[in-house]
Amino acid sequence: MALALQQLINGLTLGAVYGLIAIGYTMVYGIIGMINFAHGDIYMVSAFISVTAFTLLAALGVSSVPLALVTVLLVSVLFTSVYGWAVERTAYRPLRGSTRLAPLISAIGMSIFLQNMVQLTQGARVKPIPPVLVGGFDLLTVDGFTVHLAYSQLLIVVVTVFLMAAFTYLLSQTSFGRQQRACEQDRLMTSLLGINVDRTISLTFMLGAMLAAVAGVLVTVYYGVVDFYIGFVVGIKAFTAAVLGGIGSFPGAMLGGVLIGLIEAFWSAYLAPEYKDVATFAILILVLMFRPSGLLGRPEVEKV
Amino acid sequence: MVVLAHQAPSVAQRCKDAGAVAAIALLLGIPMLGLTTVDQGGSLLVATRWPTLAIFVALCFAGRLLARYAIDALQARARRRPAATLLRPGARHQLSLWLGWGCFGVALALPFVFSDNRYIVDTATTVLIYVMLGWGLNVVVGLAGLLDLGYVAFYAVGAYAYAVLSTQFGWGFWQALPVAGGLAASFGLLLGWPTLRLRGDYLAIVTLGFGEIVRIILVNWTALSGGPNGIASIPRPSFFGLPFKPGDDSATFAGFFGLDFSPLHRLIFLYYLILALAMLTNLFVSRLRRLPIGRAWEAMREDEIACKAMGMNVTNVKLSAFAIGAMLGGLAGVFFAARQGFISPESFTFNESAIILAIVVLGGMGSQLGVVLASLVLVLLPELGRDFAEYRMLLFGTAMILIMIWRPGGILSQRQPTLRHRAEAGAAP
Repeated sequence: MALALQQLINGLTLGAVYGLIAIGYTMVYGIIGMINFAHGDIYMVSAFISVTAFTLLAALGVSSVPLALVTVLLVSVLFTSVYGWAVERTAYRPLRGSTRLAPLISAIGMSIFLQNMVQLTQGARVKPIPPVLVGGFDLLTVDGFTVHLAYSQLLIVVVTVFLMAAFTYLLSQTSFGRQQRACEQDRLMTSLLGINVDRTISLTFMLGAMLAAVAGVLVTVYYGVVDFYIGFVVGIKAFTAAVLGGIGSFPGAMLGGVLIGLIEAFWSAYLAPEYKDVATFAILILVLMFRPSGLLGRPEVEKV
Repeated sequence: MVVLAHQAPSVAQRCKDAGAVAAIALLLGIPMLGLTTVDQGGSLLVATRWPTLAIFVALCFAGRLLARYAIDALQARARRRPAATLLRPGARHQLSLWLGWGCFGVALALPFVFSDNRYIVDTATTVLIYVMLGWGLNVVVGLAGLLDLGYVAFYAVGAYAYAVLSTQFGWGFWQALPVAGGLAASFGLLLGWPTLRLRGDYLAIVTLGFGEIVRIILVNWTALSGGPNGIASIPRPSFFGLPFKPGDDSATFAGFFGLDFSPLHRLIFLYYLILALAMLTNLFVSRLRRLPIGRAWEAMREDEIACKAMGMNVTNVKLSAFAIGAMLGGLAGVFFAARQGFISPESFTFNESAIILAIVVLGGMGSQLGVVLASLVLVLLPELGRDFAEYRMLLFGTAMILIMIWRPGGILSQRQPTLRHRAEAGAAP
């Protein structure tokens, strides 16, 4: 029971991170219908930026944890969103309107490029940073097993919930949100109505990159280590989460992320931890077999 | 920036444009090039590299300026010149036919010309493995239009099947080849069956997941696959029973033919072996394309709903594409295991799938010759970059993006209908 509660906390934390990254996939997929394969690597870039920023702040003698966190979040979000913009501008925009596979190949190329760029400029070794947020609450003790909620886990969940609320507002209430949804429905018609489609797509990429940046900072705080390869696995799982929830659906991405996080946490605790990725993908296949458009996705209507 | 009139932008405009690019480059460069963290006595310290960053930004400025000039000049020239006349479809077909035979001739002659150059024969063998994999994946992606991101799983199944059969049961290469191919094909059916209902990108992610599942099982099922350590000392194929070993008796290859022993013999034999396998694949696939099943694949790629309306059994068509693609991948895997003598899950990562898919798409989907050209580019590019080895994957990624931007349909993007109505040849202008 206590172990289950602990895994629930761990799973929700992990799921929140997957969800944040999954939103980037689902937004980009919704608006231009492509898998942004480099999105996981954008998250990795942000984790590296946050390591540099934390180290720099420590060297400058900033000891206040909230100040350091906010500064690193802002810096990381700023630089990472520039990366998101640049990726779209260089690798995807020239390919708009070509075959469906061309941007996918270009995205795989971009993913390889980013991984190797970071490996070359920042080094191939794992980078550890000293713990930023230490401590937490001991919730309850059953038979000598204490359920622990670390401050960093609480931070991840709180930040994620806040960002979800902010994004729901942004997409449903603001004029940018309307433009974004209009582009999802019909790009040509939207451009005829005088909306700058290219700019909307660029902004979508930047927003996705910002969420990935937040996820990168949070994971750096939570685990304290980064390397240039973290983007691939997390990226695939986040994409799985987006598909599981129904790609193109904003709440679906979060739901999928949380589900994947929970599956992983419980599978690792009760079954074979080395096969946790197998469980994730197997459940994805099962869901897609019986509900091909994901949990919250609208079924695609095939038109002739 | 959009320049509407046919007049060159002023120098100030160009500088502004390049300046904007340089500003972006600066923002991108600060966290990666300008700043880095170095490990010093167990804790990280920030190190700065401002000169490198300055050079990078200056290069971006100059590069953008020059690229803009070049693009403008090319566009101006293209406007002045009348539109180039296209080759007639027939002529194009003839050209690619001749090119294909030319490539085959070069491939046949290569070991004789470079018979003392180990490196070239070895690299050519690698190219041919990728050609074979590309032709196999071409069935699934290029012909049937099913996006498969986990093709490397079948390659792994073939390689491990041969490795296990040969090291634990003492099977030979030729015995294991059909069995491994069949095993890979049944894995193809296993993957194909649950994915039949999926379309497009869902299929992509499921195949990707399948590839990862196979790799994770190989890493963890130590009893079968040796885990992360892989399987070593896999027997090499022999020349119809004659092993490539030093010795004068007639039981070895060198002794039987009265040659001096040379390790190159095996290398050249392996080269011809993969050449034969690849050419058989080519023949097999190009024959299949002319059969009803091949035409069904291409029809399904173009319009699945229309196929259903015509009464085609889409399920069987998809399954056959998956199974045949998987079988060809498995056969290539057997050769890979036999050639390397050692395999581990490291060789079957997603990167490998990405490279094979890149070969198919860069070559121009459905084009057999395009696969050859793309394999040459993608294998030789990193080889040429070996002098600055750490940059080779960086170059690889950049090349993938640039080729896609330059020719989004692939190097040979002309999509040929396999069957042409006879009357068309006469009616063509």
